[in-house]
Amino acid sequence: MKQMRLAVRFPGADSTTVRGGHRSGGQIDFSSFAHLARTAERGKFDFLFLAGEGPRPREHHGRTHDLGVAGRPEPLTLLGALAAVTDRLGLAATVDATDNEPYELARRLATLDHLSGGRAAWHVVTSPDAPTGEDVRRGGHLDRAERYTRAAEFVATARELWDSWTPEGTPRPFAHTGQHFDISGEFTVPRSPQGHPVVLHSGDSDEGREFAASAADVVLTRHRTLEDGQALYADVKARLAAYGRRPDDLTVMAGVTVVLGDTDAEAQENAAALRRLQVSPRNALPAPEQVRGRDLSPYDPEGPPPGVGPGPEPDLVRGRARTADPLRAADTRRASSEATGLAVRRTVVEATTRQSLVGSPETVATALETFVTAEAADGFVLVPHLTPGGLDDFVDRVVPLLQERGSFRSAYTGTTLRSHLGHAEPVWKG
Amino acid sequence: MPTTRSLHLAAEIGGPPRYDAASHIALARLAERGTLDFVTFRDSFARPGPDAMAVLARVAPETTRIGLVPTVTTTHTEPFHVSSAVATLDWMSRGRAGWHADVSTTEAEARLFGRRPAAPAPALWQEAGETADVSARLWDGWEDGAGIRGPSTGRDPSTGRDAPHPVDFEGTTFSVKGTTFSVKGPARVPRPPQGRPVTVFDATTGPAARAAARHADVVYVRASSPERAAALRDELRRAAGAHGRDPDGLRVLVALTVDLGDAETAPGPGPESGPPLAGHGTYFRGGPVDLAELVTHWYRAGAVDGFHLTPLTPGRDLERIVNGTVALLQHRGLFRTFYPGGTLREHLGLARPANRYAPRGAGAAS
Repeated sequence: MKQMRLAVRFPGADSTTVRGGHRSGGQIDFSSFAHLARTAERGKFDFLFLAGEGPRPREHHGRTHDLGVAGRPEPLTLLGALAAVTDRLGLAATVDATDNEPYELARRLATLDHLSGGRAAWHVVTSPDAPTGEDVRRGGHLDRAERYTRAAEFVATARELWDSWTPEGTPRPFAHTGQHFDISGEFTVPRSPQGHPVVLHSGDSDEGREFAASAADVVLTRHRTLEDGQALYADVKARLAAYGRRPDDLTVMAGVTVVLGDTDAEAQENAAALRRLQVSPRNALPAPEQVRGRDLSPYDPEGPPPGVGPGPEPDLVRGRARTADPLRAADTRRASSEATGLAVRRTVVEATTRQSLVGSPETVATALETFVTAEAADGFVLVPHLTPGGLDDFVDRVVPLLQERGSFRSAYTGTTLRSHLGHAEPVWKG
Repeated sequence: MPTTRSLHLAAEIGGPPRYDAASHIALARLAERGTLDFVTFRDSFARPGPDAMAVLARVAPETTRIGLVPTVTTTHTEPFHVSSAVATLDWMSRGRAGWHADVSTTEAEARLFGRRPAAPAPALWQEAGETADVSARLWDGWEDGAGIRGPSTGRDPSTGRDAPHPVDFEGTTFSVKGTTFSVKGPARVPRPPQGRPVTVFDATTGPAARAAARHADVVYVRASSPERAAALRDELRRAAGAHGRDPDGLRVLVALTVDLGDAETAPGPGPESGPPLAGHGTYFRGGPVDLAELVTHWYRAGAVDGFHLTPLTPGRDLERIVNGTVALLQHRGLFRTFYPGGTLREHLGLARPANRYAPRGAGAAS
């Protein structure tokens, strides 16, 4: 059976994450990160994936959004420390190509690759949030198309730097002149164990897929239905030929949340309880406020939906992607709320929480395998609900089933992340 | 004026470029065995070597007490990124982080980034000072305990303490449009365990000394006699006081490159016994006991708060420093034999700074 790839994302500060219970730890403590990393390595996962520093914390009426408030460490520095408590697990950091410079970032990634024995990976993102640019020298804000051309040139430049020492360890000068970067000199780090750290990119948009096809080793996607997943998979893989790449050169990994139970019915109950935890009363109101553009704070989140129309100022919650058609979404939600007699909060719970896989360990294992054999994904990035113990059940109950059935590795066969993913070391371009 | 204050010792573990983790870990552990205040790891874009922040982050979980102070250059890096990385190192090491601010003066380094030409040292040091300033503000941007989610915090969001403070910092160093920096904030990393990780400046040159007096917790000086060291220390303390700082919040360490390689044939102790090494401070050549004599003499004379030692050959010389020099200083009761504290600030006897944004009476030492 085709083997799947598995990764875990450290839970971020979003509505997926709930707190409480004995398995919940601090989201900034090293011990939480170490626990999740060790659990993933115990489960023979391909890599651990950290979100970026992220946008300015979301605010709601001058007060920081309840669930958005958690601060996070800077991912590359954190991964340096996590390399100390793991031996085989890949270590992926989300770093913005808009707010950084190729020389510095390529050097930090190459250093991490050396210090971890070939386990470094970089999730390239192009800052979607205007506020981020306000903290760096370059300032201003690049439009979407420009962010992509800068990111593409950034990755290409980083690869030139990673190739600048000979495989024998002799530094050679580099020079790069392009639209966004005009740099030259000598790199301070020899070629690293993986040749180049592994590059990840999110491929939910058309530009994202094209970028991934041209430059990434792993493309990250949202969870979809089997059919939609197959369509995306085929689309992404078909784009590779244009860049002289083979289908296996790009690994497609879908982000999934998993809720387990002893039986499918129990898992459904667990999932329902979890959804209510994910949307607290205070967090229920920003969702309709965002789409209506009105202050709804006088309304009771546990009460019926307020009968007010759209206001003049949509998108009150900063740093969050706008809803494609906010008014339609609002109307749909209100109609649903009125039809079902559900309170605002309950409606928000139903409309905004997504759980991709709910069931017994057998059900979940089978679902994962189905996606891989049907070519809807090569693997999955799990997003646990709890920090940091949210992966424990999956590793203890689902991974052994996958291993028994031969759909996931029982032991690491290589030492580098590239070897886990089955990718060859990039050819040195001297 | 001696010896109510403690002696502080630090050592550089960088040396010739090494890219594997094992050698760095071994040296940091050796220094920790000698109960040194902190280890440093030099860094520069101008010569081969790994990223110092990454190296000491890798070392952090392999050590338990010793302070970790990477060199972080401020000329071509973003002040906002500097503050995040140092704060993260403090979290990952549970309060043992510092950073040694340095600048990149050469045209060759400027070309690696292609963003602006090389600038005169005074402007770069002023900018390094501003980077330290904005970092301290960013670290204060979250009140203690804010932004930290865990089972035990149970914070009431209605107090507003969880809301981080923007800093709205405007750098002043470069007047040319597009080259100055500004940081709006707030920080993305919650306030680090030490409140503010320890800031280290090398005050060998005038512009650096001015920035150090304003922003540094630990300052390196270079001196060939205890009298000269005492004069430099007094000057720095006076300048710090003029900026409204408590001079006792400053630790002045004499930077010394040490060669303990050939003790038997050494011409004798004292910094005047060998040629100075360019850029590496005053040069000492002799045996571990001779070095202990020098440290004792200068320290008892009240000239310094301690020493930052750069071993000429780290593997050999650090071992001799720990097993020879430090052991003798401990025997004489001049240096700690164990770490009474857990954080670098505690090793240095520096108070945990109150948060400038906290309501009066709150946010002090926890």
